[in-house]
Amino acid sequence: MSAGVGEVAYEPVIGLEIHVQLATRTKMFCGCELSFGEPPNTRTCPVCLGLPGSLPVANARAVHFGLMIGMALGSELAPRSIFHRKNYFYPDLPKGYQISQYDEPLCRGGRLGEVRIHRVHLEEDAAKLVHVGESGRIHGSDASIVDFNRGGTPLAEIVTEPDVRSGGQAREWLTLLRTTLRQLGVSDVNMEEGSLRCDANISVRPAGTPELGVKTELKNMNSFRFIERGIRAEVARQEKILEEGGQVVQETLHFDPASERITSLRSKEQAHDYRYFPEPDLLPVAIEQEMLERARAAMPELPAARAARLEREVGLSVDSARQLAFRADLGDYFEAALAAAADPAPPAQALANWVAGDLVSRLGDEDDPGASRVTAAALAVLVGLVSAKRISVGAGRRVLDRLVAEGGDPLAIVQEEGLEAIGGGEDLAAIVAAALAANGDAAERVRGGNAKAIGPIVGQVMRETKGRADGGEVTRLVHEQLGI
Amino acid sequence: MIDRDEVLHVARLARLQLNEDEVQAMAAELTAVIDHIAKIGELDLADVAPTSHVVEVSGALRADEPCASLPREVALAQAPAVSGEGFLVPSPQA
Amino acid sequence: MLELSAARAAAEIAAGTLSARELFELYRARAAADELNAFTWVAPEPPADAPRADAPLGGVPLAVKDLFCTEGVPSQSGSRILQGYRPPYSASVVERLRAAGAPLLGKTNQDEFAMGSSNENSAYGPVRNPWDRTRVPGGSSGGSAAAVAAGLAPWALGTDTGGSIRQPAALCGIVGCKPTYGAVSRYGMIAFASSLDQAGPLTRDVTDAALLLRHMVAHDARDATSLAFPHEIVMPRAERLDGVRLGVPAELTGEGVEGGVGIDSGVLDAFTATLARAQELGADVQSVHLPHAPHALSAYYVLAPAEASSNLARFDGVRYGLRAADARDLTDMYTRTRHDGFGAEVKRRIMLGTYALSSGYYDAYYGRAQRVRTKIAQDFATAFAQVDLIVTPTSPTVAFALGEKTGDPLSMYLNDYCTVPMSLAGIPAISIPCGLSDALPVGFQLAGPAFSENRLLDAAHALELAIGFDGSPARTNGAGV
Ligand SMILES: [Mg+2]
Ligand SMILES: [Zn+2]
Repeated sequence: MSAGVGEVAYEPVIGLEIHVQLATRTKMFCGCELSFGEPPNTRTCPVCLGLPGSLPVANARAVHFGLMIGMALGSELAPRSIFHRKNYFYPDLPKGYQISQYDEPLCRGGRLGEVRIHRVHLEEDAAKLVHVGESGRIHGSDASIVDFNRGGTPLAEIVTEPDVRSGGQAREWLTLLRTTLRQLGVSDVNMEEGSLRCDANISVRPAGTPELGVKTELKNMNSFRFIERGIRAEVARQEKILEEGGQVVQETLHFDPASERITSLRSKEQAHDYRYFPEPDLLPVAIEQEMLERARAAMPELPAARAARLEREVGLSVDSARQLAFRADLGDYFEAALAAAADPAPPAQALANWVAGDLVSRLGDEDDPGASRVTAAALAVLVGLVSAKRISVGAGRRVLDRLVAEGGDPLAIVQEEGLEAIGGGEDLAAIVAAALAANGDAAERVRGGNAKAIGPIVGQVMRETKGRADGGEVTRLVHEQLGI
Repeated sequence: MIDRDEVLHVARLARLQLNEDEVQAMAAELTAVIDHIAKIGELDLADVAPTSHVVEVSGALRADEPCASLPREVALAQAPAVSGEGFLVPSPQA
Repeated sequence: MLELSAARAAAEIAAGTLSARELFELYRARAAADELNAFTWVAPEPPADAPRADAPLGGVPLAVKDLFCTEGVPSQSGSRILQGYRPPYSASVVERLRAAGAPLLGKTNQDEFAMGSSNENSAYGPVRNPWDRTRVPGGSSGGSAAAVAAGLAPWALGTDTGGSIRQPAALCGIVGCKPTYGAVSRYGMIAFASSLDQAGPLTRDVTDAALLLRHMVAHDARDATSLAFPHEIVMPRAERLDGVRLGVPAELTGEGVEGGVGIDSGVLDAFTATLARAQELGADVQSVHLPHAPHALSAYYVLAPAEASSNLARFDGVRYGLRAADARDLTDMYTRTRHDGFGAEVKRRIMLGTYALSSGYYDAYYGRAQRVRTKIAQDFATAFAQVDLIVTPTSPTVAFALGEKTGDPLSMYLNDYCTVPMSLAGIPAISIPCGLSDALPVGFQLAGPAFSENRLLDAAHALELAIGFDGSPARTNGAGV
């Protein structure tokens, strides 16, 4: 991206295609229950095996979930939804076509954060194909084994406009999307288990030009981290090609996270011709008022709305509000702590800082604080004590360490460890005087205007008080006693 | 007029092997039928909506309630080739 | 016993004057000795669970077209690609009829995947017409039609996509009815063209057709295109046609309309004589126009193959049916399996349908054909504002010789000229035998608006009484026993 003298600066243009498995109980077009690791081919029926004569019937809850996603993304909802057949041959596709949506998707347009949505449509998932290679050779050809348990699982395919500009932004946006979908309760959105899958369409163009470059499609990135790295690697590859005067070829690519290498998936097959046509086994689904109302009634508060509320009504900074809203577990924890009626009550912003800062850094990026040993009420008490200067910040952190390790009541820990702050009275003044006497050189330099020289003096006070003294109060006493 | 190349292209899409005689015959027969069908090209259908379904009802949806699945041995019973718990096929990656 | 209609037999069983088991054995023996190749499978014994005494169909056995899935019983749709295929479930309509007291007698031969008008496209050999064994029975439900005509079965199930019940019924001198699209569940019917396929009865007379149909129509939650029929099918009683307005469309009666198809003069004579009879019964016969009907066949031969090309993609050698041996790779497995498994006509329609849907041709073919379909439905709506029913010859010809049209697909397609428009419009139609031409039966077709089955059956019943067609020669000539 950065340009040297005489070099062209390039701008990546990235669109994302996300397939989300919907958390219905049964498959998209038959009554088989969704499979979570059941033995292969035990969740099938005539419909999802594509047996002759069987017919699909669409799952009402999948349509309901589709509408909720559309509402969450601010999409325009179609007055009716019509399914098409997408025709191609593959062993994981039992009917020789996928039932999907084509020119009339359930949801069109919309936006999430800074990324515009192109469309959202419903379709059925393919079965699982396990390559068994030479061990299962049939007549000189490597073999694969098909397990139809996953075949027919309902999917929502979410397609964005090409509004993403970097791998990092893709990762951040996908986190927001995942939170949104999880809040909606429409999907488990778990990349490791394949309930959220993402492909990226990537091109680069000279910065400032409106035309789009030739795009490639990067497939099969199965974690947010790989998506970020894969996109970064592909953007770099394309920039290099263009810098060397070459041309990017439109193709489908695979990113190998181990080697950071990108390889072409282009098969010997001629270009696809999916021969879409309206699925004659399914009539158009009219989206009735009642369905819309049911979807609307099921909508929870979504991250963007929560961020706005935390900012406006709770008074958090923009950054804090987004941090807490975009990670629903943090937001929920924060709001529980705020509601805990601790005495003294912690100010909201201080509480937010402790949740998103000290607590998250101790628990790790991915852990839900709600599942930790630190109850929201305990954190509220702790932050209340710190904010009221009943204990120092340093003491507060020590209490938090113990809470994370073993849980418990912050007040009891404070008492047990004797961490109650030493106020400004005679005791602290005497300790400060002693520290000044013992650090005469430092005291002279402070008096001479060197503010940093105060370190050893404060250090000794803290040692003497076991950290219970308030740093601000110590500094004030030092200055007072030195007469400055 | 459907020529040889077009027949081969369509046969590839349809995953149909055709031997040389069949390609010749298919080209002639499809040409005859398509010439006949092409008469609908003469009709003025500019403002006519397409009909996919003659049935005038809104699509029936299914409640999200489970039905029994087939036992695996029944699912696999008619398969030309089986390996253990699944359907055996030549690998698409081969 | 053989001369009893199915409805009479059911009534006698209910009255205790006929044994259901004896009736089953009679037909089982006749079906097993079939010389017409009408059956592809015959039940080895009467059903273990005898129908309840109050079952409305009394235990009168039913012949079922091969393409209906029947659990544990070969269901091959006339195709080599499904040779020996025994499905793990039964079609909804077969289940319904079995529960109503019509046990499975056997599976009947058909054109492969219901594609054909002569039954010569079956992988299991052609069916012979019981009126003249050198001739075809029509198709695609040719086995069902021949079996009923020859008295090898009391009644039978067929399917009609563009005429596949009505045309073989006409050529075999029996009654065949295609109900309103959606009236009968398609679940378990091996699909040809999903937006057109409908199951219906093939029977000796109109009363039998009504009785069987009465127990076929039902909404089925497993078929999203199935409908709740708005009323019951009642037994037809009419003997007169007073005040019934019958419309004769010039476009389908061979009166020299441009783009139309000539109707054989013998067929036209029988048709005209039947119109005269209808007038004697009090009908008001009028001329109507279906201006787009001459284009119906073209639209049909785009839409049906297009849907078929997709419906038949599942026959890939992976989960059931034939798989070509010694495949080099996946593509080789697919292409040789489908080459070896499908017959010439099926391949032709797959190619035609794939072509019509392929990139660059969709609008010119599929899109236009869908618009023609709209026009045809509008034509019927306009005509039905003027008349109650529309009448035409069922087939332009009587039964033709085996092999006569196999070399010319287009001339074979023209057999459906008079039946395809109703299929595209999704409306009900019935064919009844109305006389002979060259000692071969001629069919008379009546069609009405959606859900007008009762009116259709009543009119057909009145005409049937007046015509007094004698189908017994086929039962004497047609059977080997
Ligand atoms: Mg997709
Ligand atoms: Zn299933």
